[in-house]
Amino acid sequence: MHNLTIAELVAGLRSKTFTSVELTQHFLARIANLNADYNAVITVTAEQALAAAAAADKRLAAGNAPALCGVPMLHKDIFCTNGVRTSCGSKMLDNFVPPYDATVVENFARDGAVILGKTNMDEFAMGSSNETSYYGPVKNPWALDCVPGGSSGGSAAAVAARLAPGATATDTGGSIRQPAALCGISGIKPTYGRVSRWGMIAFASSLDQGGPMARTAEDCAIMLSCMASYDEKDSTSVDQPVPDYSSTLNRPIKGLKIGVPKEYFSEGLHPGTEAAVRQALADLVAQGAELVDISLPNSALSVPAYYVIAPAEASANLSRFDGVRYGYRCDEPKDLQDMYCRTRGEGFGEEVQRRILIGTYCLSAGYYDAYYGKAQQVRQLIQQDFTRAFAQVDVIMGPTCPSPAFKFGSKGDDPVAMYLEDIYTIATNLAGLPGMSIPCGMVEDKPVGLQIIGNYFDEALMLNVAHQFQQATDWHNLAPASIQQGAAQ
Amino acid sequence: MSHRGWETVIGLEVHVQLATKTKIFSGASTAFGAEPNTQACAIDLAMPGTLPVLNKQAVNYAIMFGLAIDAEIARESAFERKNYFYPDLPKGYQTTQLEKPIVGRGNVEIQLADGSKKSIRIHHAHLEEDAGKSLHEGNFSSNFSGIDLNRAGTPLIEIVSEPDMRNAEEAVAFAKKLHSIVTSIGICDGEMSQGSMRFDVNVSVRPHGTTELGTRTETKNLNSFKFMEEAIAREVERQIDLIEDGGKVIQETRLYNGDTKVARSMRSKEEANDYRYFPCPDLLPVIVSEETIAELRRTLPELPDARQARFVAQYELSDYDAGILSSDAATAHYFETVVSHSNNAKLTANWIMGELSARLNSQDLSVAKSPVSAEQLAGLIARISDSSISGKMAKDVFDGMWAGQGSADDIIEARGLKQVSDSGALEKIVADVLAANPAMVEDYINSDESKRGKKLGGFMGKIMQASKGQANPQQVNQLLLQKLNTLL
Repeated sequence: MHNLTIAELVAGLRSKTFTSVELTQHFLARIANLNADYNAVITVTAEQALAAAAAADKRLAAGNAPALCGVPMLHKDIFCTNGVRTSCGSKMLDNFVPPYDATVVENFARDGAVILGKTNMDEFAMGSSNETSYYGPVKNPWALDCVPGGSSGGSAAAVAARLAPGATATDTGGSIRQPAALCGISGIKPTYGRVSRWGMIAFASSLDQGGPMARTAEDCAIMLSCMASYDEKDSTSVDQPVPDYSSTLNRPIKGLKIGVPKEYFSEGLHPGTEAAVRQALADLVAQGAELVDISLPNSALSVPAYYVIAPAEASANLSRFDGVRYGYRCDEPKDLQDMYCRTRGEGFGEEVQRRILIGTYCLSAGYYDAYYGKAQQVRQLIQQDFTRAFAQVDVIMGPTCPSPAFKFGSKGDDPVAMYLEDIYTIATNLAGLPGMSIPCGMVEDKPVGLQIIGNYFDEALMLNVAHQFQQATDWHNLAPASIQQGAAQ
Repeated sequence: MSHRGWETVIGLEVHVQLATKTKIFSGASTAFGAEPNTQACAIDLAMPGTLPVLNKQAVNYAIMFGLAIDAEIARESAFERKNYFYPDLPKGYQTTQLEKPIVGRGNVEIQLADGSKKSIRIHHAHLEEDAGKSLHEGNFSSNFSGIDLNRAGTPLIEIVSEPDMRNAEEAVAFAKKLHSIVTSIGICDGEMSQGSMRFDVNVSVRPHGTTELGTRTETKNLNSFKFMEEAIAREVERQIDLIEDGGKVIQETRLYNGDTKVARSMRSKEEANDYRYFPCPDLLPVIVSEETIAELRRTLPELPDARQARFVAQYELSDYDAGILSSDAATAHYFETVVSHSNNAKLTANWIMGELSARLNSQDLSVAKSPVSAEQLAGLIARISDSSISGKMAKDVFDGMWAGQGSADDIIEARGLKQVSDSGALEKIVADVLAANPAMVEDYINSDESKRGKKLGGFMGKIMQASKGQANPQQVNQLLLQKLNTLL
């Protein structure tokens, strides 16, 4: 059952091939038996899941089941879940149990999904390797000595390892697309404002966007149709109707203009990755698409601009973790200053502290104009690059990240090398554009991701293109060898 | 204006709590006085993942203030985050406006005791959220402080004036005028003792006749006009003493304790926070349409200056009386309610500005909290107007109403205070008193005409005594003269 897609599970549940309780028990057993290998899931809500599955079976029997009724899912531990610990991968929130659900969590509940638990992640979503989690690193199911990517590495590894057919994730600078690429699955970061941020713990508010991860583009479409919504509780959410993304998957892509930015095929790109991406583009041309050479001249500025804006916003967003009202508080504080310093010094990991310091510095009197002000100008230039490109092309494609999954600790000493992991993904966050990654090849027995960037609110077209690619290729069906161990059936 | 050869320069920053039902970024109630932390929701507590949603009513109130002072209204304004750590600031930043405030330059006209008028320029007014309160006393030992977040997120406008005031009188007049405006247009309840309006006073001095500004200090969080006046007076003397002794004023933030009359330094400029302002990414720019502005302008309640002019014209009050009675919405409303029943504007004005305001002041009450309602006072004034009771008796009746003994008529009835104006009854009393005091009558008749007026007082006293103070004095006077004249 764990090799079935969400689309197949929905059909199987409706045709009574299996029940939601059976499905839920199956995935709970896989988590129980296999998760120790991956450390992808950090909280399992077996009891609630089985109760939800039983309720789903009743609705399925009664014939009034909503779209995802009875389908098991995992939530990234950045989404607040009422009554269930929401840690954001941090010691700071290790004891935090929210009294409310994120809107994304509500949407999946509304559509009848069964939540198996919460996935591991880089602390406060700050990382590209899942090595910054308080709960330990997640292992890549394709190569257990390699990182799964980050920050949504837990969700990506869980989906790749078939611990769940789909999982929610978030993307601030590539945190959905890069781990999707490294774990050989599909994931989409929608347009900024498409998915509500209410209840999604903020890293960098102007860049953060939730999105789905699953094995196929079709499954991403099903999940996004549920996940996306206009939400009055999030002032930056956009009041636009949510299309049924599944309904346009089968459109032919003949005549589709694909922009290929030269800046995305430059120095630093692994030749194997480049070859796989070029082959994928050729496959799409074979389906009738047309390649257009384009330039995004300010691409090189996206990483430095991001590493000013994101830490600046984070430095303010994380100020609330002060030990006063909830979360971690140091033992026996001497006075207020001591409580602040030790609570935050002990509660936050090294990378989070580094980014708070960078952000605080960038916003300081005398430095603001040179850093934050300048970065905002760069952000506009990057936006303009895309606006010009989309006047010519329908989608933009290139590699999701420069190389396949790297070994644990290999970039640990060099934050800048780690930051360059997101060199191709960050620009879309700065511009607020939707971006997607789908598997398109293998290098050194590890998956390669093809990135698809769309125009604002053009998720339907991106999913359509990705689906058409997956109709003609098999990369998304490959399974890592490690998943056959343990309780695998 | 010069003081010891120095000129004082004052600018004010005024925090006004807006009278919205809910907070500026959440649906929690803003009501004052609830149990600690019962009016703080997940957003006010800055729980992870929560987001602010701007209260439209707060925006409208800020626009109304802008219209009231004839200021520019920004068609687009924006919120920023002001970052600092303090336990009563849950997010670790205050959401406020800096670069793009909603209200731009405006003017407030003040009237001084000598009747002269002066215009005070407003630099801008912006929207922001209030912080919670830290409690260090009461149930808290020296090792613990309490945090009450009920106030956290209460909408404020901060009004920033230009340094246009030259002494404490002008500053207080300005503060009172702002109080008058915000209560008149209904955007603030004006309850100073509950912190609904708080004043930060920037003071500097310079040699008289010079134009360069001296180094200023800021005295924060004054919540009464009296404290403000005291704090300014003390600060001016302190600065002049300091400079005349060869010292220098340091730019610093100061606190003034109105109860102990002690001012102290809170922090110097060097210790000041770097607030690291930046645009709040959780909130969109505030766009104000021409229609909204037009609608708010159309429905803007009467402003104090217009009301003062109307009181002069409609009720034939003096400019001074009209100024006092129209200064805040509650007093104006009280006055007009009384007059609508009593139909005696002058007498009503005297009672409100005299007895009522003296009593309210003595117990530190606002007119809205007056134990004597407008209807009750109207009842009293009706009895004075129809001569049922004398002015002196009226004060006793007022005391009774203040003590909660009911309406004027109830009290008059219960105490048997009704003035005797029945001429038959009065004639009898007068006749009885004259008959009982033949010596006094004899003396009166034999006196020189110029001295008889004074002698009349003796009879009056006896008659009032005999009537237990209830005789109508004018009538008694008339009757007494008639009777005595017939004996001449």
